[in-house]
Amino acid sequence: MKRRTFLKKSLMTAVVVTTFAGLMIKPRRVFASWPKKSFDITDLSDSIKSVYGHDDLSESAEVKLKAPDIAENGAIVPINIKTNLKNVESIMLFVENNPQPLSSGYNLTSKSVPAIGTRIKMGKTSQVIAAVKSNGKIYSAQKEVKVTIGGCGG
Amino acid sequence: MSTIKIRAKESNGSVTVKALVKHPMETGQRKDNKTGEKIPAHFIQEVVGRANGDEVIVVHWGPAVSKNPYLTFAYSGSKGDEVELSWTDNKGNTDSKTVIVK
Repeated sequence: MKRRTFLKKSLMTAVVVTTFAGLMIKPRRVFASWPKKSFDITDLSDSIKSVYGHDDLSESAEVKLKAPDIAENGAIVPINIKTNLKNVESIMLFVENNPQPLSSGYNLTSKSVPAIGTRIKMGKTSQVIAAVKSNGKIYSAQKEVKVTIGGCGG
Repeated sequence: MSTIKIRAKESNGSVTVKALVKHPMETGQRKDNKTGEKIPAHFIQEVVGRANGDEVIVVHWGPAVSKNPYLTFAYSGSKGDEVELSWTDNKGNTDSKTVIVK
């Protein structure tokens, strides 16, 4: 019995110590760290849900997604997203048919101008979805990009 | 030599930053043609853009961003601002570079 109490006590101490240590680390920054879970998800709707907590995207002409109609090389697909919406918190990019749909995320501040550009890999022809979070609502635009040579894989 | 090439230009109160980073961006899904073994994932996870020390963008990249990735972003600023771009990959490597806005 004594051994048990000892174990219990030491366990409790361990818990208290770790919780305390957790509190000691002050957040170095405003934004969350790299969302591994969201990047690992293989289903589009689950992926969107893991980012926003829901998949309620309202398509909006205010979100401008520029992507090629046909990408000859799926390894380099140029993507540009911009919007006239105000108070944009983040811009997320999803590719439905990629092994993991979440491609990249851009967290903005009040000083940012909501316009980003990058180049992504696409395994095959797919819908590309740009989602913009503004005033707590998610606005989106999508476009199909035809891929003739895939970019993920040997 | 820095892995980052960066340019920042102001026009009408908005600064556009264009950056190119030299990085393999391995997805972890490719196989080595000779050995048939998977090439481990090696990609940039986070890119932070700062203007005069303040964060203006925090980017999270997955493995599906192209090799030698390209990024452009913009913020409200002016000529002479100090823009710093830094990245961190999944192996903990990191690099940064600062330019003055033209």
